[in-house]
Amino acid sequence: MSSLSVEHLLGIKYLQREDIELILTTADNFKEVINRPIKKVPSLRDITIANLFFENSTRTKLSFELAEKRLSADVINFASSNSSVKKGETLIDTVNNILAMKVDMVVIRHPNPGAAHFLSQHVDAQIVNAGDGTHEHPTQALLDAFTIREKLGTLKGKRVVIVGDILHSRVALSNIFCLQKLGAEVMVCGPTTLIPKHIHSLGVKVEHNLRRALQWCDVANMLRIQLERQELAYFPTLREYSMLFGLTKDILDSLDKEILIMHPGPINRGVEISSEVADGAHSLILQQVENGVAVRMAVLYLLAGKIERQS
Amino acid sequence: MKPIELLNSQQLSVTITRLCHELMENHGDFSRTAIIGLQPRGIYLADRIVKELKERKGINHIRSGKLDITFYRDDFRRKAEPPIPSETELDFELEDLNVVLIDDVLFTGRTIRAGLDAMLAFGRPRKVELLVLIDRRFSRQLPVQPDYTGKMVDTIASERVAVDWLETEGKDRVTLFSIEDKA
Repeated sequence: MSSLSVEHLLGIKYLQREDIELILTTADNFKEVINRPIKKVPSLRDITIANLFFENSTRTKLSFELAEKRLSADVINFASSNSSVKKGETLIDTVNNILAMKVDMVVIRHPNPGAAHFLSQHVDAQIVNAGDGTHEHPTQALLDAFTIREKLGTLKGKRVVIVGDILHSRVALSNIFCLQKLGAEVMVCGPTTLIPKHIHSLGVKVEHNLRRALQWCDVANMLRIQLERQELAYFPTLREYSMLFGLTKDILDSLDKEILIMHPGPINRGVEISSEVADGAHSLILQQVENGVAVRMAVLYLLAGKIERQS
Repeated sequence: MKPIELLNSQQLSVTITRLCHELMENHGDFSRTAIIGLQPRGIYLADRIVKELKERKGINHIRSGKLDITFYRDDFRRKAEPPIPSETELDFELEDLNVVLIDDVLFTGRTIRAGLDAMLAFGRPRKVELLVLIDRRFSRQLPVQPDYTGKMVDTIASERVAVDWLETEGKDRVTLFSIEDKA
């Protein structure tokens, strides 16, 4: 297969295994490109991409922007905090106004689940979901898979545990879909209140004891507690959470094997992961960030290849 | 039309030896030279040439690499499917070197144009030359000419030249066929 089966990247759920493999192998090539003396290729020089961020972001926004620039696309940026959204404009209106400026692709992050999907049905541009509420964050899952594959050679048969606030995490959902499609086994671990009730139906294991979960896995993906999405108190204190589910050197040393540590960022040092572990030899956190640019370049390149050229 | 054999295995081997001699005339001990095979099909010819120079001509050290030109092509979005890249393997910079770009067949010249662009991401060479096994002359769409040519052939647009290698196709040979026959 040399083309994606989808027109937009809305979620991992909508991708076939072959799509994911195509993105990962294309990302291998872009990883080589971004390590060259000149890190830029001209493929998307006649494509304009709008980055619409209706929610805060550092890594994802910079990573997308860098990926776009390394592909030579023209880039416009939009952050809702200083825009007309505050004056009451609807999402479709905002986007259509931006598209009237001849934009070919839209990268959108939005606090509402389904925002990217909704947009893909109502506007004429290719949509890339950069995170929609608690729903999906497909490029994060792709770069996580890329990083594991780079380190372990394959995802097939590997065991990955996702630890933390599964309930509010779009990273968890996208990762579950992505890892399973690539043949990995997935476990989620966290306090009962932060594990969705029917998560078994996705075919994942559930564990509430961190040490047991770590003993089972090859890779641990630590998630942040999303306090901004929690309107209730899901656990008594951060200190208690940290004692039960925080990853420390002591607990890693107590395992009879070595595991790889990932974190999608931003890290809350001393809460879900200790500094010693985050900066330690088994941490892939900064590789994840580097790979993020290559993976996003692959996604944009493969989707842009589907845009019909106006002649 | 039956496929026509342009070069058999022995002729191909003689041609590669001659190309090596021509390179040696201009590049001496190859200390300032880089041999670069263009992906996907030029790499086999480049490998053969480097191997012959090393094993039979006694040149010990030659810089060589593989260059993929996919992201520099001028037909992105003009085809139904985006072109899928191959691996680039170039672990040195080209700054101030004499570069020999190698491809199997020179047709429209567009691949070489993209190759020149792609190469510049690795530095500014002192000089760039082009070596091809087969030059389909009179079919150029860009002003690109080879410095070293294995064999020149006259072809029409509906024909294709296939270069087969022992390593990949099980046999060394070059054939000319019509694309209607293949389909």
